[in-house]
Amino acid sequence: MLTVQNMSVRYGAIAAIRDVSLSVKQGELVALIGVNGAGKTTTLSTIAGALRPFQGSITLDGEPIQGRQPEYITRRGIALVPEGREIFGSLSVAENLTLGGFVRRNRGERERDIQEMVELFPILGERMRQAGGTLSGGEQQQLAIARALMSHPKLLMLDEPSLGLSPVLVDQIFELIGRLHGRGVTILLVEQNVERTLDLVDRAYLLHTGTVEVEGTPAHIREFVDVESVYLGERGRKA
Amino acid sequence: MITLEFIINALSLGSTYALLALGMVIVYGILKLVNFAYGELIMIGGYSLFVLSLGPRLPWFVMAVLAVGVAVLTSWLTERVAFRPVRDKSLTAMLITSFAVSTLLQNAALLIISPRARAVPLPSLFSESVVLLGQSVPWRNILAIVTSVVLLLLLVVLLRRTVLGIALRAAADNFRMTRMLGIPANLVISLAFAISGLLAGVVALFWVGRTASVTPTIGAAPLLVAFVATVIGGMRSLEGAVLGGYVYGIVFSLIGVLLPQALLEFREAFMFIIVILIILFRPEGLIRGGAPSRRAG
Repeated sequence: MLTVQNMSVRYGAIAAIRDVSLSVKQGELVALIGVNGAGKTTTLSTIAGALRPFQGSITLDGEPIQGRQPEYITRRGIALVPEGREIFGSLSVAENLTLGGFVRRNRGERERDIQEMVELFPILGERMRQAGGTLSGGEQQQLAIARALMSHPKLLMLDEPSLGLSPVLVDQIFELIGRLHGRGVTILLVEQNVERTLDLVDRAYLLHTGTVEVEGTPAHIREFVDVESVYLGERGRKA
Repeated sequence: MITLEFIINALSLGSTYALLALGMVIVYGILKLVNFAYGELIMIGGYSLFVLSLGPRLPWFVMAVLAVGVAVLTSWLTERVAFRPVRDKSLTAMLITSFAVSTLLQNAALLIISPRARAVPLPSLFSESVVLLGQSVPWRNILAIVTSVVLLLLLVVLLRRTVLGIALRAAADNFRMTRMLGIPANLVISLAFAISGLLAGVVALFWVGRTASVTPTIGAAPLLVAFVATVIGGMRSLEGAVLGGYVYGIVFSLIGVLLPQALLEFREAFMFIIVILIILFRPEGLIRGGAPSRRAG
């Protein structure tokens, strides 16, 4: 479904990621793991169109999308839940969801999708008229994911969904990601909670200083990587 | 003192200023651009009335609608032709562009029409008054209040009940994220400029209605009013802009009543002292709005 080949991104003269290649197949749950500054968020932002790659290609179902505008990429079927959630704080929950379904032109379809999201995230149903900025961190994360799902994406990209949440809410978020995967949603997940992530995903890529160091199944990653060292910000590869 | 006539005059001024401020902040919210060409939209509205009065005789209401339409079209065109090409450049480039557009439009009016004031047609209602509770109240002021309230209500419906309107509010909150939801940047920005032009066009009718004339530099004063009102109300809030406009209009009217005759010529200086005091205590304006977001580009 998604194929990234030899993608490099620069911030001015500094290379943020170099020759990153990865792929996500239909129905897969794939993770990008790595320490802070490894290039995980840059990779997602570039796929989503917020950044332009310096070189390399990104294709979605065979169509090149590198360098296209973010709105085009969303309409082609990629939805990003960014780090920090970025929900619209002054807009109500219902309005946030409505905008998530902007690419669905039909109002009736949008209304049906909102009802579906309420079934998936019952707490949002109780908060429909509340301003997004007044929700708790966990509720905001649920709203951000629901808003992304409103566009019926082919690929859902989640950037650090557990960041800043209490342990109980982290459990809920990981449970939710598992449920979405179970429903057939294709997911590319960026997480620092490596142990929990490897328990959940089909495959993973370990990024280090902007390049892919190891890729494969969770068992394969564990074989090569000292998972605890990834938490501690060290290189991660076992001796 | 505080009479019905005073209240209606103050509300009339506040309503006009509220529309002015809203027209400025709706563009600022998305582009983080103080559009210095905004005042020229009022000039364009005024000259449109003048030019239309030279042609076949049309009812004033039709001329007014056409004049507002020209202001909307001009605003949209300035975005399409001048601002869009430099949108992803620096904010300085955008500001210089807005000065350039302002100068260009002013000079076009100077060269094509005249540096001298031109009379604009007004309906007789604009010079008539009605007696309310024993006091004479100009129809023009009542019309300004009613028109502003109706326009503000329509905008509330647009911004709260339509997907495009919600997208516009979202874009003012976080433009990058708005685009990430598949909402086209050009569509949202064009809509913001069109609404800005609509508000400037309507204000133009009442602004030129005061003197029944239009000059190439008529836009300078409303531009300053819009800017100060948005600073009072809050640059990051649409509601703040409306509140700022009303506060400016009402306080300015109050100063006119409360100041002794000898100090009336310093009315604006007193107004700015009050504005400075407001900024000292509320640096972000009366309504703070959302967290600052990156500008569109």
